[in-house]
Amino acid sequence: MTELHDHQSAAPPAALGRRSFIGYVLAGTTLVVGADLATGSNRASAAIPSGPQLPELYDLEDLQTDSALPTSQLITVTINEDGTASFELPRTEVGQGILTSTTMILAEELDLPMSKVKVTLAPARPELVFNQLTGGSNTTFSTYTPVRVAGALARQKLLEAAAILFGTTADRLTTTGGVISDLAGNNVTYGDIAGDAASQVVEAVEVVLRPPSDFRVIGTPKNRLDARAAVTGKKDFTTDLDVPGALPTMVCRAPEHQGTPKENGLKNLAAIKKMPGVTHVAQISSGIAVRAKTFGHCIDAIREMQVDWNPGTASGESDETVLAGIKRAELPLVVPDVPVLAESVETEFEFMFRSSAALEPYAAIADVREDGAEIWAGLKVPILAQENIAIMLGLPVDAVKVNVITGGGSFGHKLFGDHALEAAEISKAMGVPVKLMWHRADEPRQGRLHPMATSRVRATVLKGGLTGEDQVLSFEQRHTSVVTDFSHGLGEILTATADELPTEVGRYLGGLTFSQSIFTLTQELPYDFGVVTQLLNETDQRFRTGSMRNIYSPDVAVAAELTIDQLAKKVGMDPLEFRLKFLKNDRVKAVLEKVRKEGNWGRSLPAGVAQGVAIHKEYKGATAILVEIDTRPSTVNRDLGPETVTGPRVTKVVVAVDCGLVINPRGVEAQMQGGVMDGIALTLTSSCHLKNGRFLEASWDNYFYTRQWNVPPEVEVHIVETDSDTPGGVGEAAVGSTAAAVACAYARATGTLPKRFPINHDDPIAFKPKSFVPPVPPSPTNGLKLTY
Amino acid sequence: MAKQTFILNGKPVTVNVNDDVRVLWVLRDLLGVTGPKYGCGINVCKACTSHINGRAFNPCSVRVGDLKPKDRVTTIEGLADGRKLHPMQQAWIDRDVAQCGYCQPGQIMAAVALVRKVRREGRSITERDLDTIRNICRCGTYTRIREAILQGARDM
Repeated sequence: MTELHDHQSAAPPAALGRRSFIGYVLAGTTLVVGADLATGSNRASAAIPSGPQLPELYDLEDLQTDSALPTSQLITVTINEDGTASFELPRTEVGQGILTSTTMILAEELDLPMSKVKVTLAPARPELVFNQLTGGSNTTFSTYTPVRVAGALARQKLLEAAAILFGTTADRLTTTGGVISDLAGNNVTYGDIAGDAASQVVEAVEVVLRPPSDFRVIGTPKNRLDARAAVTGKKDFTTDLDVPGALPTMVCRAPEHQGTPKENGLKNLAAIKKMPGVTHVAQISSGIAVRAKTFGHCIDAIREMQVDWNPGTASGESDETVLAGIKRAELPLVVPDVPVLAESVETEFEFMFRSSAALEPYAAIADVREDGAEIWAGLKVPILAQENIAIMLGLPVDAVKVNVITGGGSFGHKLFGDHALEAAEISKAMGVPVKLMWHRADEPRQGRLHPMATSRVRATVLKGGLTGEDQVLSFEQRHTSVVTDFSHGLGEILTATADELPTEVGRYLGGLTFSQSIFTLTQELPYDFGVVTQLLNETDQRFRTGSMRNIYSPDVAVAAELTIDQLAKKVGMDPLEFRLKFLKNDRVKAVLEKVRKEGNWGRSLPAGVAQGVAIHKEYKGATAILVEIDTRPSTVNRDLGPETVTGPRVTKVVVAVDCGLVINPRGVEAQMQGGVMDGIALTLTSSCHLKNGRFLEASWDNYFYTRQWNVPPEVEVHIVETDSDTPGGVGEAAVGSTAAAVACAYARATGTLPKRFPINHDDPIAFKPKSFVPPVPPSPTNGLKLTY
Repeated sequence: MAKQTFILNGKPVTVNVNDDVRVLWVLRDLLGVTGPKYGCGINVCKACTSHINGRAFNPCSVRVGDLKPKDRVTTIEGLADGRKLHPMQQAWIDRDVAQCGYCQPGQIMAAVALVRKVRREGRSITERDLDTIRNICRCGTYTRIREAILQGARDM
């Protein structure tokens, strides 16, 4: 039961108190309240002194939040006649748990049980402009306060309506479980009073939020709301939807990366059209599309297609030639002006292409008609997909409806609308609804990639200088990368927002490319290392890339943290002690201290087994990761059968995270564990090999994401208490720090500093590449011999 | 076109489709049983793992013509007995395993079969057994999967 706050004593709007905000009651027959998505965001206004790096003052989280300013009042909560509250979240659920956490936030302020709060995904809403992008671990950070304002305002209006009904004042009422009561025994449900609380006009209303000390839902562990649906097979993904007439559709794609079909490229069209189950065949920009009774019939048809292909965008190129191009584009390191006695450490690392594909392959349903189109797909930037589809079809934007479907993972892959656009193109060409699905083989070969990159570091250290203390005098990092495609909208956000930014921040970003701006806004080395510079240079636009989970941070962190271990070695210090000595941020120090204690840092281990530690500061929080890795032959050479890459095994991971105010600790734990698995794969096993313009990988038996035999038997997650009253981002927070900790542990266990990642990239390739023509493998037929 | 008959989640079904269509597509595209997921189509990712006569199999790799009328195919939809969840499903909920959830029907069906297999071998499940599970989870829920299997095995 919750006592009502005394609104009479609240400060006037001109001087809103710490928890007072303005919300809006919208006109309607039932109670509909709105909140400005910019509510609660604090714009950075400080000048940039020379010392701190930009993200300390203003980072990507701030930028995404600020970019929402003009349109945000349009997010609304509705109180329905059945007593439930409904809210369409302008973000995408791809497994990160935001439907659950947003339900918790609303339930808290509405004082409703979570079962009566219905949060769904909003369809593409062009009026939201930049405020419908799910990425950068920004969702909770940017929506926390506005969602609370809407919830609190709804409750306030319901209480005021009930007070009139009962002939009392709102401060004498209590709410519990969606029922409003007074001391005289009168009761009314939210549903019954919602019509009375409705407004005929739009009005701005001041509202006071619940103080965190009163939280009963936020901060308590909650299971995912869709957990039961997920374990009973009832959770629907795009290809599970039954849209009338939308038959299975797939595309025969070129052997080379981004190759295209020649004009009238399908030589045996007539024969393909006659194949069993096939209904339609059409050439599109990316290949030859086929629609059939089942996806199996599509696969059979693709395997029979004889197609003339144009070369791809990287014809004839290989890993080594692309790498050579990157090296030519590397920015020079500055020769630091340091005392002659200073010693320098120079390192250089290479990071291979990786695939950001989720387990659910790209899939989209499209029903394109003469006068309009409807799309169903997992999309993290649905507005951009909607606009691009409208342009392609020659339709007005409002004639294209884009339904956002919960995705089977994203990891950056669903930032782009590749699948939705392709489905619309096919539906238009065939004149029928289609249910497009990419074959798994299409994903690493033609899907979005994390770009190949190099990272070089030059650091100088002075042993026992004037003060007798070791000093790091400079730390320069030059990251050089194949171009990352940010055309999904982050770029547009930057363009639109940069002009509005506080002068000093705007000047800092002025003249940088989109990618350099993203890099500058995300990379922060929180150590007192004297002159610190981290710069990005990009080259080579021939690849279909995108921002994979944690974007630049894993590669940058691996290079930086390995170099820090080398610095520690140079001055004869323990790597963890060295970090603690030079860290300048208390939150980072606290998480590092936590893993030192919980992970028993420095414990005795046999030869070939070692600990490694790394930190990362991003997303308004900090993580520290301590790992133990076993590189002994008995572990590395474990034989678990074909298609099984074993190698060194991370045997233990201890995570400490400070992510600000925690909404759902169970969700935070899940995101940390998942980030750990990504980090392990990035450093040890997962990459794509380019040869003759073709990517060799075609399935999960080629692309070695972490599997059960690579999973650490022990994974501990510790959420470190913080005094922050706002939530940070957790979706990516453990990826870079884990990748770095594993790299550091590997170097210590083997006594060699690895240069290329993942470390197994140049081992003899552990698979026989599948055929490129046809581009998809046949489904086996021996499944009944493999039962267990 | 041939008539294909088998028992699906306890009930006989008949579908008109050629022999060589893989069972996964018969289930998903023709019968609308979408719990088994497509993740690779070549018996690698194991997202479609279901049971045939009580043992794990991958319908992406079996021709529907190879099923006999008395073969009992069980998908995640048919795992529970009535309204009560199977102990393995309950363990999954208790441990809040799923993230995106795409692989989890296959993970659960694989877990149930693995527990039954080690029991047939007269032993209980070990960490080494867990290491052999081939189902991929790209969200990286592996740690909770391991915990849930141990719980589910105790309750099965």
